[in-house]
Amino acid sequence: MVRTPEANREQFRPHDHANDAFLLTTVVGSYPKPKWLNRADELVDDPDSKFDASDLEEAHDDACRLITHEHERAGLDTVVDGEMRRNEMVEFFADRIDGYEFNGPVKVWGHNYFDKPSVVEEVEYDEPWLVDEFAFTSDVSERPVKVPITGPYTLGFWAFNEAYPSTEELVYDLADLVNEEVEKLVEAGARYIQIDEPALATTPEDHAIVGEALERIVSGIDEEVRIGLHVCYGDYSRIYPEINDYPIDEFDVELCNGDFEQIPTFTDPEFEPDLALGVVDAHTAEVEPVAEIKENIRQGLRVVPPEKLTISPDCGLKLLPRDIAYGKMENMVTAAREVEAEIDAGEIDVDNPLADD
Amino acid sequence: MTERVAATPGLYPLPDWAKETLSDLKGHQKGDLLSGDESEAIVEEYADVRAEYVDDQLDAGLDRVVEGQGRWDDMIAHPLTVHDSVETGGIVRYYDNNNFYRDPRVVDDLDFSGDVARELERATDLIDGEAPLAATLPGPYSLAELATDEHYRDEAEFQAAIAEFLAGEVDAFPAHETLFLLEPSLVTNPPAEGEESAATDAIATVAAATDADVVVQTSYGALGEKLYAHLVDEAGADALGLDLVAGDRDDTVYNVQEFGATDSLALGLVDGQNTLVEEPETVAERVEWFESQIPAEGFDRTYLTPNTELFYLPTNKYRAKLNTLAAAAEVLD
Repeated sequence: MVRTPEANREQFRPHDHANDAFLLTTVVGSYPKPKWLNRADELVDDPDSKFDASDLEEAHDDACRLITHEHERAGLDTVVDGEMRRNEMVEFFADRIDGYEFNGPVKVWGHNYFDKPSVVEEVEYDEPWLVDEFAFTSDVSERPVKVPITGPYTLGFWAFNEAYPSTEELVYDLADLVNEEVEKLVEAGARYIQIDEPALATTPEDHAIVGEALERIVSGIDEEVRIGLHVCYGDYSRIYPEINDYPIDEFDVELCNGDFEQIPTFTDPEFEPDLALGVVDAHTAEVEPVAEIKENIRQGLRVVPPEKLTISPDCGLKLLPRDIAYGKMENMVTAAREVEAEIDAGEIDVDNPLADD
Repeated sequence: MTERVAATPGLYPLPDWAKETLSDLKGHQKGDLLSGDESEAIVEEYADVRAEYVDDQLDAGLDRVVEGQGRWDDMIAHPLTVHDSVETGGIVRYYDNNNFYRDPRVVDDLDFSGDVARELERATDLIDGEAPLAATLPGPYSLAELATDEHYRDEAEFQAAIAEFLAGEVDAFPAHETLFLLEPSLVTNPPAEGEESAATDAIATVAAATDADVVVQTSYGALGEKLYAHLVDEAGADALGLDLVAGDRDDTVYNVQEFGATDSLALGLVDGQNTLVEEPETVAERVEWFESQIPAEGFDRTYLTPNTELFYLPTNKYRAKLNTLAAAAEVLD
């Protein structure tokens, strides 16, 4: 069953928040890397270059500081470092977990490849994965920091499984490791964790495996820690209402991309976790106008009341041009603040949010 | 005495150097993928890729050598996506995998292309008589399933047109010992009850276009029993290819025990979707075990194959799997 989102949401309301209503604004995580950072990532592998690992670390620090501040400047209530230190969502973690090995890139489509790792023995926890990253970001940020972690279902199913009798068993072992990492992050001060499970969208029949994995992840995690689950590009009628049983505070979903056609899926039975709704498209290179985003936010009010609605882009923004990514965040925050004011003023009927006032 | 033949249906992963050079030459976007009229520089890169594939197979000691299908950006949809009468639409999921291909939208008559025949001629030159050639094509049922018909406007007519098109392509092939027709859709999205014969007729049309041994290779699990029986009797296949890795192997054993088998068999024995490399002895045991399940005097040939294409694997593991197949056939000799 769902956790207690009302026990942890208020801590993210900024002290100077102007409205009574509070639509928590956030991002999914990834953000376009500055071009110089991509160059730096390549340069460190060039034997003829003097640019070394400590230079790269400095470059990563600089990029994280820059993008965290960019998120703050956009006005977001909770920020991420844009995942500047991460290469790819499975690779980054597989590199840090004992039991994985890399054999080389495999095709996804056309000339797009992915360094799909193999699990060759039991997975084990070695060094912390994200604690340093979190400590750095929260140090440079004035806003609370959200930590996205690739979930165990995706870490398991987007790898070759050589070692476990079933990938389901691998997923549960990985979930225990994620739990260990979440505990360490919480110890370091993290209060907002997002588990990313894009693989669930391609195999919705496995929703029970994801549910069991989540039970393991949140085991012993205090209710003041907000646990979100992000899924994208799926047919949600196949995992709803089952997600109402997931031990999460928030379900983050991309629906802007599909023009909110799937919103009715979540209205019956009543949606239990908080809803983090994607209100800008992560794969169109045009910044949506504020008025359009406000209409999108109203779609979320069909599912949950304002005190359970979080506002977010559909997915990670990393494939967009950087100025477009920034424009989307900025307009998204403006739209959220305007909708809050309209709710305060009674101009939006939250029981019938699409009605004209 | 059953002849054991180590072979693959091709669709190999690009060598890592070619992944880089080709993506630099072609680009990463949908519109950059192969259209069949590539520049001389790209043609030359693929010539090097093809030569490497042939060497890989001769080094491993396979009994049939394929072209390797490095150019097939859209996997088995390739013969359509490079066709002049086809426009490519959006990127769509390739079976139940984290892989995608361009939706081939057929907008005009599917006349002769010759694209695959040209590849095979170049492969023939490279092989230089050192091993027999095996040709690869999508089967007509799967190709029709993967494509979108915006011209024929009739399911049966579309399937028949695709079969005629593929038969025309086969007709232009250089000499080949074996023809693999890849038909994964027969398992993942089988014809409706009563529609089986339309699918097997289409396959038989393509099979009739060659004197070579025709292997109708299925993937991703066991065939439904009724469809299996139709395929054995009507598809014109010398060998039906059965996936012994994915899904329920018992269902496949039941099918062959209950409904018999083609004169030859192809067994999908090594996992084309897992980096774990099988031991040749284990593969050889599986061959003997499967052959012993069937109360016949024996088959003309048993093809030892991977259960899927091999492009899912990193290159070191793809090579290891070729070696396993060849070594397993040797164990059985």
